[in-house]
Amino acid sequence: MTGARLLRGAVGAAGFIVAGELVIRFVISDDLSFPPPSVILAETVRLLADPDFLAGLGTTLANWAVGLLVATCLAVPLGVLLGSLPPVERAIRPVLEFMRPIPSVAIIPLAILLIPADGMMKVSVIVYASVWPILINTLYGMHDVDPVAKESLRSFGFGPLAVLARVSLPSAAPFVATGVRIAAGIALVLAVSAELIAGGAAGLGVFVVQASSGNRMDLMMAATVWAGLFGVVANLVLLAGERRLFQWHRMRTGARS
Amino acid sequence: MKALARFWVVPAVLVVWEVGARALEDTDFPPPTTIVSRMYELWFSGPASRIFLTDDAMDNLLPSLGRMFAGWILAAVLGVLLGVLLGRSRTAADYVDPLIEFGRAIPPPLLLPVFIVLFHAGLSMMLAAIVFGVIWPVLLNSIDGVRAVDRTYTETAVVFNLSKAQYLRLVVLPAASPKIFAGLRLSLSLALILMVISELFGSTDGIGYQLLQAQRSFDGAGVWATIALLGVLGYLVNTLFVLAERRLLVWHRQATRNAT
Repeated sequence: MTGARLLRGAVGAAGFIVAGELVIRFVISDDLSFPPPSVILAETVRLLADPDFLAGLGTTLANWAVGLLVATCLAVPLGVLLGSLPPVERAIRPVLEFMRPIPSVAIIPLAILLIPADGMMKVSVIVYASVWPILINTLYGMHDVDPVAKESLRSFGFGPLAVLARVSLPSAAPFVATGVRIAAGIALVLAVSAELIAGGAAGLGVFVVQASSGNRMDLMMAATVWAGLFGVVANLVLLAGERRLFQWHRMRTGARS
Repeated sequence: MKALARFWVVPAVLVVWEVGARALEDTDFPPPTTIVSRMYELWFSGPASRIFLTDDAMDNLLPSLGRMFAGWILAAVLGVLLGVLLGRSRTAADYVDPLIEFGRAIPPPLLLPVFIVLFHAGLSMMLAAIVFGVIWPVLLNSIDGVRAVDRTYTETAVVFNLSKAQYLRLVVLPAASPKIFAGLRLSLSLALILMVISELFGSTDGIGYQLLQAQRSFDGAGVWATIALLGVLGYLVNTLFVLAERRLLVWHRQATRNAT
């Protein structure tokens, strides 16, 4: 079943590449400066030996990882705190609701003004944007805790901290994980956006901008391919981790795989 | 009274911010009153005949909103069309599944330089970026929604001998619409983000361009004012969408309420 699906997926991807190749080579030729897939793929492989690209990718991914980690360390405790203290949450909620609709990329120019250190600025922007999905999901998970389980533990004489550690946290954990997975995608978008707007010494976005000033569409697309591949792999790894760690959650809620 | 109990923290935060920022006296960290008066100066101090919008507001807000909605609507039409086609056949969806997964994993801003080379800086480049960035939630939710059409409906359609077009219009689209609307709502907030980033990167007008100009001229209050304006816009757009969704899907809420 999954074998057939994988095969169809591979056929679809190959078909897309071949169709793109034919269309670009024979249908539209001169007035469009877009390289055919074969050129892009060759360049994608060649980028692995390009020190500029590797340095850029390393910088971007380091910012991404640090930002995501800091955001998780901030948002999860905050979410757990707010989730277990409903009066405080009710008080803070309107402030959050006022801040949440602000499009995260709009923060970048402000961060450039306020934070002179380039690396710090980029990480801060990533942290700001990634905090939201993790916080919202943690809160949602804390609300979703089974009240019967909480009351049972309480009636057995467990204190509030024990109830938190034994019931609330485990039952909110799958939601937190989903929040982190969503934030991972957003963090990559912000990491690249900050590089496009602020520039910098190295980075995936910086590399693409430099390639575009040299009119190297093949290099730009090859770097984009790597970014997409990284996004797919990061998502798959996080998804697999969720499934492994929280199998019981899926069984309880009966969610489809 | 209830509203007071719920929202007292917001004025409290504003007062603390005001006092703190006045004590700090940093132009990059202005008090809220300065930000609001800068917002008024920039956009809302125009003549009454234009509902108080200034020239700046006319030249920047309107193009931005136009791009955002144009990109979103284009992506919505494409996404729903493709989604309905792909959702009808699981086999067809299997073929394009890796492509969709790959496409939506690409951070859309990374394609801005690509679109600039392809279309040159301007409207079509920004529309391309917005459409590419926001089409995925609509597409995936449409596929999901169409796939999850209740069997009873499908069989009823067969019994009533509905034509293919009737079946699509009367059964599939209404049954999938709650999911499609969820995707559209997500796309709308993404469209705002992509509108801003594409204007920050390669535009000569628009809210994002104004934001960049404010930052480059070290106009701290202007930067804060623009961010606040974008926040208000995001909130308004989302609220309007939710209202429209409630109106359009009123039958769905009633049906699910009766079922439970």
